Amino acid sequence: MSENITIRLNGKQVTVPAGTSVAASMLASGEPCRTSVTGEARGPLCGMGICFECRVTINGNRHSRGCQVQCEAGMDISCDD
Amino acid sequence: MVVGGGPAGIAAASVAARGGASVALLDDNPGLGGQIWRGQDRVSRSATTASWFEEINRSNVNWICPAQVFHVETGRLLAESPEETQEILFEKLILATGARERFLPFCGWTLGNVLGAGGLQALLKSGLEVRGKRIAIAGTGPLLLAVAACVREHGGEVVCIAEQTTHIKFATFGMSMLLAPGKFRETLRLGWELKGVPHWRNCWPVAALGKERVERVRLSHGGRIKEIACDYFACGFHLIPNTELAEYLGCTIQEGFVVVDEQQQTSVPGIYAAGEPTGIGGLELALIEGQIAGQAAAGKTVVHQKLLKARAASQIAVRAMEKAFALRAELRNMADADTLVCRCEDVSFERLRGHVSWREAKLQTRCGMGPCQGKLCGPATEFLFGWDADSLRPPLFPVRCSSLAAIFVNTDPGARKGGTQ
Repeated sequence: MSENITIRLNGKQVTVPAGTSVAASMLASGEPCRTSVTGEARGPLCGMGICFECRVTINGNRHSRGCQVQCEAGMDISCDD
Repeated sequence: MVVGGGPAGIAAASVAARGGASVALLDDNPGLGGQIWRGQDRVSRSATTASWFEEINRSNVNWICPAQVFHVETGRLLAESPEETQEILFEKLILATGARERFLPFCGWTLGNVLGAGGLQALLKSGLEVRGKRIAIAGTGPLLLAVAACVREHGGEVVCIAEQTTHIKFATFGMSMLLAPGKFRETLRLGWELKGVPHWRNCWPVAALGKERVERVRLSHGGRIKEIACDYFACGFHLIPNTELAEYLGCTIQEGFVVVDEQQQTSVPGIYAAGEPTGIGGLELALIEGQIAGQAAAGKTVVHQKLLKARAASQIAVRAMEKAFALRAELRNMADADTLVCRCEDVSFERLRGHVSWREAKLQTRCGMGPCQGKLCGPATEFLFGWDADSLRPPLFPVRCSSLAAIFVNTDPGARKGGTQ
């Protein structure tokens, strides 16, 4: 995990070590992953693909579980609704 | 066919392949290893771990990840990967589906930076940076200690470990570890690594406080209330096995665990289970059960006596652990009226109170009907209200419409053959 890559999180450029999961990068940068049905901001909870709290839109694909996807250079990640 | 690429699944697939079977292994994570071996590179692997990875890489096991199994029936299962939906036909099936954390709702648990204990560990292994951050850990079970050690390894500061069980029960757990040599060494190692970390018994969360993210946690400790400042709050109440696929297939489940015989075979012939689904036993037991299941599924019915003995010893420790970390009744009061119990559909404790069953609550409030399909709130409401979350239906996870349609399509003769044994 030495090499760094640049991704976009909710429109902001962020640099993370290669191999970082999308959920870990969202959490570390303080960005929420999704908005709940009553409007609360939510972030990762279970870290292992069960809870669906970290679902985000990755390169236009909605409802992707951030904890199950590794960041790739140039990836565009935004809050899911 | 093996479902689950953690230690039990890797051992089962490797041993079955060694026995001459044609084996496929599916896992929903980006790589093999499961939760415990998640994100370990070649350098950080222990000798045991490295040898299992070597064996599976050398074997003819066809492993596919990420592939999420969402449906299974006799002789056939369906899995979704990012690009396609796969139908795999099998003769024998080994379920090594692992466990997930039990979450119990408390005030403020939906705030940012409030995570599961195992959840935090999984995220640390997936690159979460915690250097210089203050982390409070709460809940129950030996996992809390492992998580605390993992936080320190990653440069974070563990401000407290709040364990809900009593001093006596915790001490009994420590004694029982003497019976399982591997676990005893592990316990000693954790004790050494966590020197100086406040470790409280009779202590549980009352609330997570903060604006957008958690800033402080309020804990009940021996009848007094205390507040601790933190940047992350990791809270988990031991583990519950993932038994859904076994339930789909009609395997007998007792007290939440899949019932297996000496060969790790479930009540359904040809279906085996290994690792956490048969009892929360940790790494050593998972590897043993995986090997036994792999041998049996490959047609080798005489199981090595050494494996059977090791399994019996580990199972004693498992039962001791269940007793030591049983949930105390006070944990039912951690949620107040407004606390959300179902995080997918935002259903509060108040709205659930008064219903008589899981089914009624679902119909009236949508509790358990969101994307997690009750995997979080099912166990929570079982503890809070005594409901049995009994309405399990495929798909196991939300899937694309095309995948959903595949459940009802007649078996394609050209479908991929996964395992012939």
